[in-house]
Amino acid sequence: MTTRIDACFAELAKQGRSAFVTFLMAGDPDPATSLSIIKALPKAGADIIEIGMPFTDPMADGPSIQAAGLRALKAGMTLKKTLEMVRGFRKDDNATPLVLMGYYNPIYIYGVDKFLADAKAAGVDGLIIVDLPPEEDTELCIPAMKAGLNFIRLATPTTDDKRLPAVLANTSGFVYYVSIAGITGGAAADSNVVGEAVARIKRHTKLPVCVGFGIRTPDAARAIAQKANGAVVGTALVDALHASLDGEGRATPKTVGAVADLASALAQGVKGAKQAAE
Amino acid sequence: MNPNLPNSFRTGPDERGHFGIFGGRFVAETLMPLILDLEKAYADAKADPAFQAEMNGYLKNYVGRPSPLYFAERLTEHLGGAKIYFKREELNHTGSHKVNNVLGQIMVARRMGKKRIIAETGAGQHGVATATLCARFGLDCVVYMGAVDVERQQPNVIRMEMLGARVVPVQSGSRTLKDAMNDALRDWVTNVHDTFYCIGTVAGPHPYPMMVRDFQSVIGDETRTQMQEIEGRLPDSLIACIGGGSNAMGLFHPFLDDPSIEIFGVEAAGHGLTQLHAASIAGGRPGVLHGNRTYLLMDEDGQIQDAHSISAGLDYPGIGPEHSWLHETGRVTYLSATDEEALEAFQLLSRLEGIIPALEPAHAIAKVLELAPKRPKDHLMVVNLSGRGDKDVPQVGDILKGRKK
Repeated sequence: MTTRIDACFAELAKQGRSAFVTFLMAGDPDPATSLSIIKALPKAGADIIEIGMPFTDPMADGPSIQAAGLRALKAGMTLKKTLEMVRGFRKDDNATPLVLMGYYNPIYIYGVDKFLADAKAAGVDGLIIVDLPPEEDTELCIPAMKAGLNFIRLATPTTDDKRLPAVLANTSGFVYYVSIAGITGGAAADSNVVGEAVARIKRHTKLPVCVGFGIRTPDAARAIAQKANGAVVGTALVDALHASLDGEGRATPKTVGAVADLASALAQGVKGAKQAAE
Repeated sequence: MNPNLPNSFRTGPDERGHFGIFGGRFVAETLMPLILDLEKAYADAKADPAFQAEMNGYLKNYVGRPSPLYFAERLTEHLGGAKIYFKREELNHTGSHKVNNVLGQIMVARRMGKKRIIAETGAGQHGVATATLCARFGLDCVVYMGAVDVERQQPNVIRMEMLGARVVPVQSGSRTLKDAMNDALRDWVTNVHDTFYCIGTVAGPHPYPMMVRDFQSVIGDETRTQMQEIEGRLPDSLIACIGGGSNAMGLFHPFLDDPSIEIFGVEAAGHGLTQLHAASIAGGRPGVLHGNRTYLLMDEDGQIQDAHSISAGLDYPGIGPEHSWLHETGRVTYLSATDEEALEAFQLLSRLEGIIPALEPAHAIAKVLELAPKRPKDHLMVVNLSGRGDKDVPQVGDILKGRKK
């Protein structure tokens, strides 16, 4: 079965370039603005869109994404509304891969089977669930594979060669390499170190490897895109969104444009990079 | 009672860290290799007689164990029912049961070659115990504490700083224990190469709930021996307060397979179970947070709700996974006591026995006031007096002063 993610990477391979992957929190700063932003992203150059599912206790996220989640929750965002947002996006775009990223509890409470069915029907392509390591694959990963959704696993600097096969075993779509041991929005990784890590992962899998955490500028995105199959940017986009809000944390006429403009600049960075030889 | 009861309540968790459906290892990939290393290091330590011998030496000469099992004669007379015994964990060095677990974990951390210790704390008792043992063994210590708790538990903040620890006030979320745990996990993810996370209760990813329980089981093991010595038989009932539930698990675990013994855990009902509270079993349902599946306070969308208790140590929206399992199997009965009931018990115990308890065990005492009069005079009841009230004296003093006005 070819998924939207597989098709996307196949097309990028033809073009000889890496993917620009964006992350934003669903419902930040409110559901309507959030939908307008993600609708604007493909035009701005995003190849794959990650959408955060807001959670009160995002243990692996830094202050920016944590605050984005709380803004969304305050604006009434729920998992159900996140799936509605995906449906809204799919009305106009049936090609751009959409990946939901978040923590397990809201899905567990929604009900795993119902969530997978609803997510698939809404047009979700993949899931990244930060607090589900391979040791807990029976919870969601294996049911997601059966439901036809990619379960994208995180590999990190602490994932050594001995552990990598376990991490990659049920991974599909792409591998998300977390370039630093740390939280989102933390220090930037050295692109040479990242390059070595990507090469190491590629010795174990044919899947594309995208790299995230610590990428904030077009130059940094270009450097990473030269070493990996994709560069993921989250915190910088969330910060641009936050900077456009009014004093009460509400969207302004500038909000959608502020995010789209930064996304365009980052996309230029990624697209200016020639991908390293496979 | 569940029809599929196990033959033993003491064999958990399974090799994947599960107590029934509870427990597990729900953490970011960055932490998994370290958690697997810890599991191995703990298994090695447990099997090493030298580790046990060294630990027993510190328990005796540094912590001050065994803690006494004290017959509370005046409280018993006052209530006119069961014979009430206190397991005096508040007499331990640092003033609570927390030191038992911290000693064990710090010794494991030393075996693993870790030089930097992080911890989260609510009331500050776990933070003080961690700061104390880090001082004793020359380790760097960082303690995450909700900003609200930093305010209401000043004496313990001062103690931690005197012991050389850095106390980080956590400003996110509800600024209490839950948020301190989130920030401790963020620190750990960031500094995984040299840092050991010393968790303060029987929660978190496997092997923590098991490891902390094992270190705290010294409470119940001693109680068994002491009650045999004093009364020539086992107790009839056990009572302990529960936030995460480590003092309770330590008392309960060695008695779980003695079916004649009634066991009660007491959660914090705060302003009442229909209002703000911290009673995860009475008012929550199973979910996944902080590395384990357990009973949690949350809304219908799976978002974690803020807990409330007068006691910072009980102010947590979850409970250790083994307690969730003991609740579902029916082996332990979980009750709850309000802020007001705990305050009354706090004052009664101070006046009748000359023991100022921490607000945490005052919740257990509150239920003793209900249960003991209904039991016969030959019923032996053990209450875990998990901590002393020094840290709560300013807070309770302010509340009582406010009422006199």
